[in-house]
Amino acid sequence: MTETAQMPNVQLNLVGLSKNDYRGAPTTLCAGCGHNSISNQIIAAAYELNVVPEEMIKLSGIGCSSKSPAYFLNRSFGFNSLHGRMPSVATGAMFGDHRLRALAVSGDGDTTNIGMGQFKHIMRRNVPMVYIVENNGVYGLTKGQFSATAEKGLRLKYQGLNPFTPVDVVEEAMASGATFVARSFAGDANQVKALIKAALSHNGLAILDIISPCVTFNNEDDSRHSYGWGREHQEPLHDFTFVPREQEIQVGEFPEGTTKTVTMHDGATIVLKKLDRGHDPTSRSAAMRLLEDARNEAVLLTGLIYVEPNQPSLTDVAELSTNRPLNRMTEADLRPDKSMIETANAMMF
Amino acid sequence: MATPQVQEKQQPETGKAVVNDFSMTVATKNGSGSQTSNLTLLRALFKMGIPISGKNLFPSNIQGLPTWYTIRLSKKGYLARRAEHEIVVAMNEDTFVEDLASVAPGGAFYYGDHLKFEINRTDISVYSFPAKKFAKDSSAPATLRDYVANMAYVGVLAHMLEIDMAKIREALEYHFDGKEKPIAINMGVIEAAYEWAKANLTKSDPYRVEPMDETKGFIMADGNTAGALGSIFGGLQFMAWYPITPASSVAEGVSHNIAKFRDKEGQDGKTYGIVQAEDELAAIGMAVGAGWSGLRAMTSTSGPGISLMTEFVGLAAYAEIPVVIWDVQRVGPSTGLPTRTSQGDIISTYFLGHGDTKHIMLLPGSASECFEFGWKSFDIAERMQTPVFVMSDLDLGMNTWMTKPFEYPNTPMDRGKILWEEDLEKLSDWQRYKDVDGDGIPYRTAPGNKHPRSAWFARGTGHNDNAKYSERSEDWEKNMMRLKHKFETAVNYMPKPEVISNGNKVGIISYGSTDAAILEARDYLAEGGLQTDYLRLRAVPFTDEVKDFIEKHDRVYVVEMNRDGQMNMILRLEYPEHTTKLISLAKHDGMPLTANWVKEAVELQEK
Repeated sequence: MTETAQMPNVQLNLVGLSKNDYRGAPTTLCAGCGHNSISNQIIAAAYELNVVPEEMIKLSGIGCSSKSPAYFLNRSFGFNSLHGRMPSVATGAMFGDHRLRALAVSGDGDTTNIGMGQFKHIMRRNVPMVYIVENNGVYGLTKGQFSATAEKGLRLKYQGLNPFTPVDVVEEAMASGATFVARSFAGDANQVKALIKAALSHNGLAILDIISPCVTFNNEDDSRHSYGWGREHQEPLHDFTFVPREQEIQVGEFPEGTTKTVTMHDGATIVLKKLDRGHDPTSRSAAMRLLEDARNEAVLLTGLIYVEPNQPSLTDVAELSTNRPLNRMTEADLRPDKSMIETANAMMF
Repeated sequence: MATPQVQEKQQPETGKAVVNDFSMTVATKNGSGSQTSNLTLLRALFKMGIPISGKNLFPSNIQGLPTWYTIRLSKKGYLARRAEHEIVVAMNEDTFVEDLASVAPGGAFYYGDHLKFEINRTDISVYSFPAKKFAKDSSAPATLRDYVANMAYVGVLAHMLEIDMAKIREALEYHFDGKEKPIAINMGVIEAAYEWAKANLTKSDPYRVEPMDETKGFIMADGNTAGALGSIFGGLQFMAWYPITPASSVAEGVSHNIAKFRDKEGQDGKTYGIVQAEDELAAIGMAVGAGWSGLRAMTSTSGPGISLMTEFVGLAAYAEIPVVIWDVQRVGPSTGLPTRTSQGDIISTYFLGHGDTKHIMLLPGSASECFEFGWKSFDIAERMQTPVFVMSDLDLGMNTWMTKPFEYPNTPMDRGKILWEEDLEKLSDWQRYKDVDGDGIPYRTAPGNKHPRSAWFARGTGHNDNAKYSERSEDWEKNMMRLKHKFETAVNYMPKPEVISNGNKVGIISYGSTDAAILEARDYLAEGGLQTDYLRLRAVPFTDEVKDFIEKHDRVYVVEMNRDGQMNMILRLEYPEHTTKLISLAKHDGMPLTANWVKEAVELQEK
């Protein structure tokens, strides 16, 4: 399976791959861009989860964030599609071999401006994939225009003042029936990685809204999408531990009462040690209230906001074979027998 | 441009019967259930062995606006629309006056006696009948009475035209899928009306029917259902669609029928996926995603949807992803005439996308050819790794046609140049966009391929042979020239045109649903002394037969249903040396072409 040279000092994971096998081309994004740190956590998560890169696909739309799939998982099939239209491509692509895991990267403009319609509909359909929104409030490639997530009152050098109410990615996700909703901050690498791992275990659409600062156009300390503001205002909801299916939880490791465990569809477990807010992410009403509180308090609440692990995904609803992907089917599976032409003609008059 | 207004003179001699050679139109309201009555008449006549065609002229409306259904009977087998009708059945007070005026002289006018209008014509036979009575007297539940009321004219016409009641029953059995209750209720109304007509009406017009033996070896089908079934036989694996008139019945034809053909006893899972998308952008996006992942993927739409799909089609062409797109054309631009027919998307679809793009278009000319292109389009799309358009239209797609039976695909599936693990194992250096065979078609892999060298990165951005991002001018030009070469290769996979060539000086080129009108018009032209040859295009890009045909003729009339002569423009682009030979005859009134229009238009030029 692997082509990695067996070098003495290279550490290999359980599928015999080194971390290098999960990397991509060198990034062409700005030094310090939050997106690069997220790419690194995708690489780390896939490596640590022992994912076979050929068993994963990566997708994106258009923009700085959407360029990033070129910078991780070189050995995975990728599709850098159209601006705001990644969700539709991913929806169709998941029918090819639905056993593959999919990870998609989008930006705030790609998702909440041009792509709002497809964003909402991919959640409705619960397409089984990880959907990361690398959210920085601005357009980077076109040089710093406001996106729909930019906060009201934000002032940027060339654009002036943003007079409009922002779109909240997580609130939109909740409103659309998303089954895994999390928010994170690119400055908190460990949390990003843990959430990506948990999202990859979800059988359905997992939305990760990751505040990912644009160091070039929107990183003043008073901006809601800056490193400075994030560091000052981030409040993790839980101590978050992701335990893969293979790994057993030790009795007594997580005391009852202060922790909540969520069993994912694939048998993995999320262990959440409740912090100040005591948030229960399996409660939809609690999640909605939490978002309202976060807005009123101007705090960046991060972590798992909502999860509903047992909803059927799109490929479940489509009743695809459990182990035989559509794209391996041949003429014998796909073309009706010759005798069936009589049936077709008899259906006419 | 020749646009003659012609009226066919077909006034019969007094006392002489006119058998199996007339048109009749039923004027009703949309949503009143008249379609069942009309199809019953159409099917009964077909079962009597009489060549017929049915055209539904319907409004963009659910209920209440006027709608007309015209059945043409032609003992010579002409299936095109005629502008005239000898028999009119008026069931709609809103159009009564114009319906009465529209009856050809010597014809017959039937109307429900609940419609109180002055009859101001003496040159036709007029019959009124108690249209509502039979349903009221029947066993039909009150809620269904309005719907079965239209069966009254079926019964009256059955008596007056001598339509075989056993064939009417057969038609109802088919329509109601053998369900005895609705068959009995409808048949009851028809029989009551038949008996009433027998007792109360005295026939004074010459039109009637007689059994023939001219429909053996044919079926009745609409192009959309035919295309849907063809796709199912083509191994369709994924379809995404968005509702739009007149294309919805392509997708519904797939979703309603695919289980019957493809689900097998004890099978683990489906062999296909179907998604109704949120709009046409998503529909094509899903189909492109599925095509990329190695599936036989399609979508169906009409002009407005094609406009929305433009960006994705450009991406699929450039990233080289197979996908099939049905365009059931209607009248544009804009919302246009959404329930009228057209061939107006030819130019825009051929060049769909920004930058240098040209696309393969298949041009079905009959319902059975819709079936054929249903499966063939997948072979071509996967062979060429590019979007393939099937250019149907409302008339072909939604009307019920007498057509040849569907034929089982005569070639095995062509999955094109796709590599799986064992193939890659044998290759030392596979590159996604490298032209290995000199035909411009590269080799591809699909997600799920576990070979460590299988993955590639699909992108709409500039790329090199290895699918890596590239802004280098040489890479860009090389790739675009290869795509051009690939399009030239596509000619080898195109269905060849249908050619009738007898060494005449004048040729006609046409395509799609105009076929019936051209075939009929050629007979009329010949009667007037002008012999013509005929080439029916079945695909763009053109095969050599098209050039040969143009070369062999002094003048070639390109007949089509749009304003600007769009196919003529493409022919002129491809064969600039023959520009002066190519004469555009284009009509764009939203109605299916008539043979008389074609005849007059050619004659006007030939004078």
